[in-house]
Amino acid sequence: MSDHLDAYIDAAAQALGLTVKPEWKPAVRANLEATFRFAALVGEQELPDDAEPAPVFRA
Amino acid sequence: MPSPRRCSGPEMDTSWATAAEIAAAVTSGKVSAVQVTQDALARIGERDPVLNAFTDVLAERALARAATIDKSRQKGPLAGVPFAVKNLFDVKGLSTRAGSKINRELPPATKDQPLIERLEAAGAVLIGALNMGEYAYDFTGENVHDGNAHNPHDVTRMTGGSSSGSGGSVAGGLVPLSLGSDTNGSIRVPASFCGLFGLKPTYGRLTRARSFPFVASLDHLGPLARSTRDLALAYDAMQGPDPEDPVCVDRPAEPVMPVLTRGVAGLRIAVAGGYFRKGAFPEACAALDRVAAALRVDAEIEIPDAASARAAAYVITASEGASLHLQRLRTRAADYDPAMRDRLIAGAMIPAPLVIAAQKFRRRYRGEVLKLFETVDAILAPATPCAAPAIGQQTFVLDGVALPVRPNIGIYTQPISFIGLPVAAVPVPLKPMPVAVQVIAAPWREDIALRIAHALEQAGVCVAPRPAI
Repeated sequence: MSDHLDAYIDAAAQALGLTVKPEWKPAVRANLEATFRFAALVGEQELPDDAEPAPVFRA
Repeated sequence: MPSPRRCSGPEMDTSWATAAEIAAAVTSGKVSAVQVTQDALARIGERDPVLNAFTDVLAERALARAATIDKSRQKGPLAGVPFAVKNLFDVKGLSTRAGSKINRELPPATKDQPLIERLEAAGAVLIGALNMGEYAYDFTGENVHDGNAHNPHDVTRMTGGSSSGSGGSVAGGLVPLSLGSDTNGSIRVPASFCGLFGLKPTYGRLTRARSFPFVASLDHLGPLARSTRDLALAYDAMQGPDPEDPVCVDRPAEPVMPVLTRGVAGLRIAVAGGYFRKGAFPEACAALDRVAAALRVDAEIEIPDAASARAAAYVITASEGASLHLQRLRTRAADYDPAMRDRLIAGAMIPAPLVIAAQKFRRRYRGEVLKLFETVDAILAPATPCAAPAIGQQTFVLDGVALPVRPNIGIYTQPISFIGLPVAAVPVPLKPMPVAVQVIAAPWREDIALRIAHALEQAGVCVAPRPAI
């Protein structure tokens, strides 16, 4: 996961125009790992295709 | 720090007086608003060098405002009550720093945040702006730019955050009332660690216009105080629509003061089980048990999927927070607290499908939890897993697992604010440190949460303890 995420962080930083100094990367990676873990927990919830996101836009 | 004129021969000791007591005394002429303001400024001068609750003290403005109140014939329900606001509220003449270094470069605000205007219209007196966790992404009260806020009950411990000064200022007796913000728990956590009553209203109830945002779909503003009556007085003064905030509902004010003392008879109350019992330290369990016993509550209710709700709140917070800060992260990354910077950079890298899935889950979870309120009127849950940790403490053990303190203090608050439910945090004065319980109600039923909080206060079960400072 770690090497994989390092490459992802490098690519995402470039795409987003962000600078991630080498000494920042372990903490960025740890935060990203935590967020992906939480996202995976949410992903275990089965949602129907017609599930609406909570914020609803009204024209 | 200002050197306010010392008062001579005060007619009333306002050092631990409630807002209601001060307003009554000012209205009856027992004490002047100027005297009350001078006393508050003096306490700030004496105690804030230790507590570090204030970032700006507005002595001149406050004394002028107090003098106006003394001259006015019509005194409001908060006549002469000193209050202070988290420094993400716009205050005319101040840059809205939101706990950051970067925002100090913003031009001074040209108007006060509307809740300040509404409190002052009711007679209250703004005394200053308060310390907070940088950009509100914090549960600890630590701040590398302005210094850490210190807990008045033990200055080696955290106040909790991110409304750190909002907790420290009221618990330390500097002011009887403060305003904070709560995205994932930032009113309820300081209320718990500092031993205060706090109200996180329903999402959309109070206007957030002219406040510095954090997570638009989760941000709330609300009051902290040492009594439920003060919460209700402030809350009633602040309600009402505001076209400046698109989230603020077009709903007439629903005053709580007329029903505050109605009691709890007939209310169906249950304790949250499952997720909300896991990981709690003994003091959090003891506080919850004490509150449940006082209310004679035996029923337990399971809030379904609370762990997923907390996880989804975490993902949305990281992503929306990063979106807010993306441009500043490109150009000013070195000016953030490193811990904040690294969280925000990671948040910017979360793929959109994961965030949208969290928002879809949010709607389903809302529906499931609202069904619970067909059978209960209120749910009790811990506010924090523990009493205030030591400042600088990095980890604690939850449910047998060592976890970082900073993101995990909000495990019990996040699943509730995630769907915008109103909550009164009620302090249980345990020794050596207080800890609070959440009284959670259905949307728009702040009245029920505050009625229960008031009954607990009247019974002496929930009290804001006075620190020995």
